[in-house]
Amino acid sequence: MANLCEKTASQLLELYQKKECSPKEALVSVSGSIKAKDKDGRKIHAYIDSENVTPKFREKAFSSGRLSGIPVAIKDNICVEGQEVTCASKILKNFVAPYNATVIEKLLDAGAVIFGRTNMDEFAFGSSCETSCYGPTRNPRDPERVPGGSSGGSAASVADHTAIAALGSDTGGSIRQPASFCGTVGIKPTYGRGSRYGLIAFASSLDQIGPITKDVRDNALILSVLAGYDPKDSTSANVPVPDYLRALENQNLSGMKIGYPVEIQKDLTPDAAKLMQGAMKVLEKKGAVIDRSVTLPHTRYAVNVYYIVAPSEASSNLARFDGVRFGFREGSATNLLDLYEKTRGEGFGAEAKRRIILGTYSLSSGYYDAYYLRAMKVRTLIKNDFDKAFKEVDAIMMPTAPSGAFKVGEKTKDPLEMYLSDIYTISANLAGIPAISIPGARSAGENLPLGLQFLGKPFAEETLYKIAHAYEQESGLHKTLGNVR
Amino acid sequence: MKSIELKHIARLARLRFKDEELKVFESQVEGILKFVDQLKEVDIQGVQPTTHPLSLSNVFREDKPQVSLPMDEFMKRAPKSRGRFFEVPKVVEDKSR
Repeated sequence: MANLCEKTASQLLELYQKKECSPKEALVSVSGSIKAKDKDGRKIHAYIDSENVTPKFREKAFSSGRLSGIPVAIKDNICVEGQEVTCASKILKNFVAPYNATVIEKLLDAGAVIFGRTNMDEFAFGSSCETSCYGPTRNPRDPERVPGGSSGGSAASVADHTAIAALGSDTGGSIRQPASFCGTVGIKPTYGRGSRYGLIAFASSLDQIGPITKDVRDNALILSVLAGYDPKDSTSANVPVPDYLRALENQNLSGMKIGYPVEIQKDLTPDAAKLMQGAMKVLEKKGAVIDRSVTLPHTRYAVNVYYIVAPSEASSNLARFDGVRFGFREGSATNLLDLYEKTRGEGFGAEAKRRIILGTYSLSSGYYDAYYLRAMKVRTLIKNDFDKAFKEVDAIMMPTAPSGAFKVGEKTKDPLEMYLSDIYTISANLAGIPAISIPGARSAGENLPLGLQFLGKPFAEETLYKIAHAYEQESGLHKTLGNVR
Repeated sequence: MKSIELKHIARLARLRFKDEELKVFESQVEGILKFVDQLKEVDIQGVQPTTHPLSLSNVFREDKPQVSLPMDEFMKRAPKSRGRFFEVPKVVEDKSR
């Protein structure tokens, strides 16, 4: 059967069940697609390593699990035993993971096939997938543009049909913004919804792993497998995991109240304004009530808070890369201090260094109260805004990003401008709440995908899937945006 | 951020910069700090800090010994090692010489 790589995971599972194709044929189709697209001149470069991709699976689960025979691509910051994991950084080049991340164990137990390592911004620091030490990934919708970041390789592979589904990680929008730019579906689950064990830490109070998929159904299916408490991650929450597919059973949104915050309504780009106008119509048609009076007054400070909290945590997490126990070592050092400084100076890229400096500064004696402590307090105010809003509404809607994908190189000179491309995604990480991005509309003129974002109460991923699925089915966008050309 | 301060922070973070890098960083970091400084306008009187989105405290596991990964697995990943030891440049100076 031709073009199996263009199917969703749910479609493949059905084909397997009807014996119309085999998992092996699907794998051949996906790897064939990777090879063909490697040579087509668009230089998408979604994978770090597509030559030596050795699929991993568990024979027993492969024939019976919930994701049996479904190939899943993995972002280069999630450990797969025996495979390189480098966070797209020179400092970890050639590092081979000694164990599986818990999410990998769960995928393997469900019968999935771990297939390929996707490109990312170095240590997930970026919104465009341009800071990778392996070179940038490009957007399959328009190779002149970025795929978003940091999980740009994961989103691009799914959009380009070189993956059926992929895992990403989201610290300030790193799943949702690339999903938006590439026209795919991505969720950042509630903080603690799943395990971070085996995810190389960026900012431990913000990071969460989630799936990037071609449609909402696949996303719900894969999160049902990934979610849950893990004794190996003491920050994972011991809260029961529902079967998220049940949220898709009916698409009637009557009785559902969705907030469209006052602050978001101001200052929208024309594309984002049109996206939101269209989205409200669709949701109202499905029976939802849109509440345009909810307010999130402190979210305007979200980016400011984030660029203190995230680099602070990152500077601490990245202290372990010192050239002594693993990874890269600069060879010319004459004493220990020299070894640390040269290794880190050579091994980290510019954005990583910038964030380490910012974080070290915010945490340093004399500045801690003015920066880090103050930021954590404003974080509380942002969280309180959401708590209050969710007393009035079941979910909140906003754009995922101010615009469609920007051009390669457009924002690399000015880090601040790059940071501001995450203006709508960061608050969900600060508040710890779940948020999903789905294809919401296309931009005028350039016809680029624009993501629509829904944010929910803690552990209310079910609500988000229900709304997202109803929207997707009504708009039909997943079908048209799902086709690259 | 002045270059002397940037050099101090870089030392704390164990990062070495090339001179041309330092120049670019100075103005970029300055710009970012000016941006985050907008937080000064927020009234935070009496607000508790959020270090973590979940209100978890004292998460303990059972005090049961578990199997760890074999030491070989770690030693073979070291950039330089000798037997069970990581090798680094000399740390203690020999004063007698």
